Amino acid sequence: MVDVLVCVKRVVDSSSEVVLTDDAQAVDGRYAGFTMSAHEECAVELAVRAAADAGTTRVVTLGDEDAVEQLRHALAVGCSEATHVVADSSAFGPADVAREMAAVARDHDSQLVLLGNDAADSGDFQVGIRLAYALGWPVINGVSTVTVADGTVTASGTGPEGHETYEVPLPAVVTVLEGGVEPRYPTVTGRMKAKKVQIEEREPTTAPTGPSRVRLLLPPPAPSDVQILGNGPEAAPAVVDVLEQLGVLAR
Amino acid sequence: MAHVPSQAKVVVIGAGIVGNSLVHHLAQLGWRDIVQLDKGPLPNPGGSTGHASNFIFPVDHSREITDLTLDSMRQYKEMGVFTESGGFELARTEERMEELRRRMSSARAWGIDAELVSPEFVKEKVPFIETDQFIGAFWTPSVGVVDSLRAGTLMRESALATGALTVVPGVEVTGLDVEEGADGHRRISRVRTTDGDIEAEHVVIACGVWSPKIGAMAGVSIPLTPAVHQMISVGPCPQLAATDGEISFPIVRDMDTFCYERQHGADMEVGSYAHRAILYEPEEIPSIEQAKLSPTEMPFTSDDFDPQLEQAYELMPDLLGAEGAEMRYAINGLLSLTADGSPILGESHVKGLWTAAAVWIKEGPGVGRAVAEWMVRGHSEIDVSHSDIARFHPHQLRREHTKLRTTEAFIKTYGIVHPAEQYESDRPQRLAPMHASQQKLGAVFFETGGWERPHWYESNAGLLDEYGDAVMPREHEWDARWWSPIINAEHLRMREAAGVIDLSAFEVFDIEGPGALDTVQVTCVAQCDVQVGKVVYTPVLDAAGGFRSDLTVMRLGEDHFRVVTGAAHGPADRQWFADHVPADGATTLTSRTDDISTIGVWGPRARDILAGLTSDDVSDAGFGFLSCREIPLNGTTVLASRISYVGELGWELYVGKDDAAAVWDALLEAGSSYGAVPVGIGVYGTTGRIEKGYRAFGFELDGERSIVEAAMQRPKVKAAEFVGKAAYLAQRDAPPAAVLCTMTVDNHVSASGTRRYMLGGEPILTREGGTLTDDHGHHPYVTTAGSAPSLGQHLLLAYLPPDEAHLGNELAVSYMEELYPVTVRSVDATGLWDPANERIR
Amino acid sequence: MILVLVETSLEGEAVEVSREAVTFARALSAAGGDRPIDAVTVGEPSADLVATLASYGVRRVHALTGDAFTSYAGAAWASGLISVQEQTGADLVMAAGTPRGNEVMAHVAARTDVAMAANVLAFEGLDPFVVTRQVVGGAALEEMRLGDRVAVLTVAGHAVEPRRAETPGAGELVVETPSIAEADLVARVVSTDEPEPDLSGALTSSRVVVGAGRGAGSADGFTDLLELTDLLGASLGVSRVVTSLGWRPHHEQVGQTGSRISPDLYIPCGISGAIQHWAGCASSKTILAVNTDVDAPMVTKATYAVIGDLHEVVPAINAEIRRRRG
Repeated sequence: MVDVLVCVKRVVDSSSEVVLTDDAQAVDGRYAGFTMSAHEECAVELAVRAAADAGTTRVVTLGDEDAVEQLRHALAVGCSEATHVVADSSAFGPADVAREMAAVARDHDSQLVLLGNDAADSGDFQVGIRLAYALGWPVINGVSTVTVADGTVTASGTGPEGHETYEVPLPAVVTVLEGGVEPRYPTVTGRMKAKKVQIEEREPTTAPTGPSRVRLLLPPPAPSDVQILGNGPEAAPAVVDVLEQLGVLAR
Repeated sequence: MAHVPSQAKVVVIGAGIVGNSLVHHLAQLGWRDIVQLDKGPLPNPGGSTGHASNFIFPVDHSREITDLTLDSMRQYKEMGVFTESGGFELARTEERMEELRRRMSSARAWGIDAELVSPEFVKEKVPFIETDQFIGAFWTPSVGVVDSLRAGTLMRESALATGALTVVPGVEVTGLDVEEGADGHRRISRVRTTDGDIEAEHVVIACGVWSPKIGAMAGVSIPLTPAVHQMISVGPCPQLAATDGEISFPIVRDMDTFCYERQHGADMEVGSYAHRAILYEPEEIPSIEQAKLSPTEMPFTSDDFDPQLEQAYELMPDLLGAEGAEMRYAINGLLSLTADGSPILGESHVKGLWTAAAVWIKEGPGVGRAVAEWMVRGHSEIDVSHSDIARFHPHQLRREHTKLRTTEAFIKTYGIVHPAEQYESDRPQRLAPMHASQQKLGAVFFETGGWERPHWYESNAGLLDEYGDAVMPREHEWDARWWSPIINAEHLRMREAAGVIDLSAFEVFDIEGPGALDTVQVTCVAQCDVQVGKVVYTPVLDAAGGFRSDLTVMRLGEDHFRVVTGAAHGPADRQWFADHVPADGATTLTSRTDDISTIGVWGPRARDILAGLTSDDVSDAGFGFLSCREIPLNGTTVLASRISYVGELGWELYVGKDDAAAVWDALLEAGSSYGAVPVGIGVYGTTGRIEKGYRAFGFELDGERSIVEAAMQRPKVKAAEFVGKAAYLAQRDAPPAAVLCTMTVDNHVSASGTRRYMLGGEPILTREGGTLTDDHGHHPYVTTAGSAPSLGQHLLLAYLPPDEAHLGNELAVSYMEELYPVTVRSVDATGLWDPANERIR
Repeated sequence: MILVLVETSLEGEAVEVSREAVTFARALSAAGGDRPIDAVTVGEPSADLVATLASYGVRRVHALTGDAFTSYAGAAWASGLISVQEQTGADLVMAAGTPRGNEVMAHVAARTDVAMAANVLAFEGLDPFVVTRQVVGGAALEEMRLGDRVAVLTVAGHAVEPRRAETPGAGELVVETPSIAEADLVARVVSTDEPEPDLSGALTSSRVVVGAGRGAGSADGFTDLLELTDLLGASLGVSRVVTSLGWRPHHEQVGQTGSRISPDLYIPCGISGAIQHWAGCASSKTILAVNTDVDAPMVTKATYAVIGDLHEVVPAINAEIRRRRG
């Protein structure tokens, strides 16, 4: 039995063209909507599986009131408890977030903390590691499978030399890369249960020092040397000419 | 990929269900050089069609919408993209059962097979439903689903095959050029696009939620708002996966929770109209690149949906809670809503610039056909006047109005809406000069065209005791909702003494100049070349001989005519006349609505009242029926016109706005000694007119009815040409396919012993309950129902099959699924009250 | 002084992104102070590697050796790196923005309690030290201030071209065996296996891949694409939206979330080319894009493109192929 804490962040769904807010301090989510990153969806899935036997799975986020949506989603796919550190996440740097997550982990006696490898928006690659130092726990980084047995967490992922496996005694921090598990979608009953869970609300423990962001900007369009073969069906002969040149047409 | 041509007969903007249907029908009707544009790719450019749930329930309380739906179903079937599934509308409450009974009336009136069934009947066809959640259902076997994207492709391809159409996807419209012609009319000239400019004679805006943005490019307001309809898909459900094809189970509309459940393969789609109204500005819709799914599939807001999820689960727990059934797809789908719920069709005030927007999948092909006919022939087979873009008053063209009204109305999508129900938002807009006085009199205001109009006056409540049961009180709450017996008391007092009626909402416009006579002659059926000072009541027809309006015309000078028409349809009438003003540069049409207030005074003492306030001669000899002239009155000058819509002696007085309140007060004061009271629109619009057999536009009269069917033909037809003349002459030579009759209800007592009063829209059947069919193939229904207090009767007007149109014929009306006996009392325009018109003289 | 962690390949060579990182360090050095550049390697480097690093301008190569470094442990690497930093007084510690580079630098930043900038593309100035880095998976950039006593950053792949220095460095090798705390070795790789066989084998090994995105329109919109796949003996690859809508199975997905492909020819149809998808197909040798939008990222990055709707273009291509084959 293990009590797992999984940390998620409400981020703009960036699978389409990114739009910035007018003050260039954030990505604008009004068109694409909000989500948690694919890494975190997998972390939630792994957390739910790890705690499936007897443990609890607590999902935590630091974010504004709207971030409840991501907590409810995690509850709908199997997390059993939720903590909401109500704060403007844009005012929190990676070290600030790690400190707040550590406080939640301590208060709830969590033995295993799962996070995404990096936040889909800020891409700092460090909250999990800073959290481990704040707790004084070992950290496994960038893995895609996680199992817990007999007080040991076994985790694996792809490294430069092949498929790498770690074994670490609990308590521990693990950051997750997507790809190892298929995150489930919520069910109707899961969603209904999620709605009824009382979410623990808390204030940040300390005022944040803040991120070091000056501003966001969009990358300039890459120079293009594309050769346009034509418009519409009329381009078909030119396309097939290219296929012939590339030698991919032979049967 | 095609490039945009530099010239076109017509440019259709949009490749959703409406645009595709439109190009198909325009090509069918023989137009060539049709260009269709869409910003998105084909076959799904990313508009509302792409995420539609694609099911069709044919029964609606509106005949226009039902006709468009039935026509669309026929077209979908012809294309082979319709799958019949049947559909249930569930009632969880007795109040909803009553609404379903009313729905049965509409089904019978439109001739659509339907029945009320038990929960067990539903369970037989939908085995995963919980019968303890509802008490009954409305079953429509002809409900089905369509493949609207496929239909769009087929229609586009059919137009392409004729060689009439060029389709250019991936092109964005960046501007619409408008030029002012020599006749002063603004006309569309050019469409600007990201792929070059197109000179075009006609342009149709058929781009759904984006239409307001495109319309604004030409200064045209298309008052719809993008609004969210939430939908989730739950699956795979083993119960559904076991069946073949897209749909095997009937669609369920859970009316009291504002939800529907519709099978889609192995998934169950649950849609909701129960959430808060979530509105967007057309400019806020993301581009294809910015959107996660498509521009009209906005991010799902799950909190808004949670209550519906629970209700849907209660109804189908085994299905929605099945092992492995997950919510994989959930959207806030954008669709178009309008303030009054009707589409926005027709030519805008910019000539050649048309719109076909705010259309649902169930009406798409029908709308495409109707608008194409309208463009090519000038009129459509199905009357779409309730959807005419010209119907909007200026205040209704504001985005704010659309937002407020759709927010108020959103919850009514599946709601129980009384036919007389009034909106609360965005009021008041237009107040009569005597509004303060009316408030003191306890007026209960109904809104028409933004005007606050007294429907009755609580100050007349004292008359109830005086008239007793003659006011025909209604004991059932539904029958008496938005109604008061005071209306009938006011009616009786008007017949006995006199009534003073505020008609400030009248649309009034003057046509002046050398072409003024030609303008009224060509638009009006009646002879308008009359002496100065004469008043003419006339139908106005479209080219096919259907009604466009009925109104009065006063000749105020050789080259000066004043047209007076109702508030509701006023803007459309004004537009129609404006379109027929000759381009001589000297003839003008000027709206006087905002500077003239109309007050009616009618009743046996009307002459006495008027005589006491004017030095002019208002005797019959001095001021004959159907004449008008200016008279001094209460220190000012008013235009008095001796006509009547309530069947009593009296006048309409046209008063300058600034003097109207004083004239109103003077009439009431002078009238009080004769027993006159203020009388509301309840009398003017219903009880007064139906006792006299007077018809009303929008009720008895519309584009699908002829003068002959309405029994309003005069012995002669004027020699001058007018719109619809040829058709009218032909109608006169043929036997009518239906005849407008007036009936009395012989017994009002229901099975439970309650006296019931029909409100309109009910089917007329044989005495035994058998179906009647007129020579159009239509089934008779009540066009107007109302009290006739002077007769002590409840009257019903309906178009009957000619064989049934004989005096004394005993038939029945079906109301809330019970039959009530009725008898035909008039088979023409003869009023049941004062048939010889002696009281008007 | 600038300290750069250099990662080596199985063959013991400096990986390209690490050489890019050293090149980037040189630019920083040139911009102010001509700070010397030292490299850190894990394990004893070959003479070739030292020579290569010298040619990139490296003054000293610090080699971390000892039992603590026989298998990977992020904390141990960081501990070794910090010992070199303390001993050299480096005020900037950096690595390539690889999974390991980011991980080790995060440890360094956490242990020294300073900020870290991941995936830096450029620097805007040294005083204050402002860098531009990739965020939102590369779809946006962030200007970030690094004002700490020790600056810690990683350099995004391909931020600069790897280029040798005009004046080579001394290339002095210093072998170090720092003592590593037991706690820093708790989380270390205990076994390394051959990569598991790939379920999407056909997709990743195909010479030709036909791609399909949102432009397919619906689950039924793949008929023509599958025919083209058939005609070319190719595999079908799809974008994330296609699988998340359930139109196609997950194993066909190309991108950050799915397979990484490197075919001779990739034919993405109706795929706009969001950065997440690009991550999975960037190493295709030739890209022939079919898209309605001439400005779609996939079109601008492609070698060839046809502007049009895939539902019109693909059937025409299919017909043309059949015609030529007779």
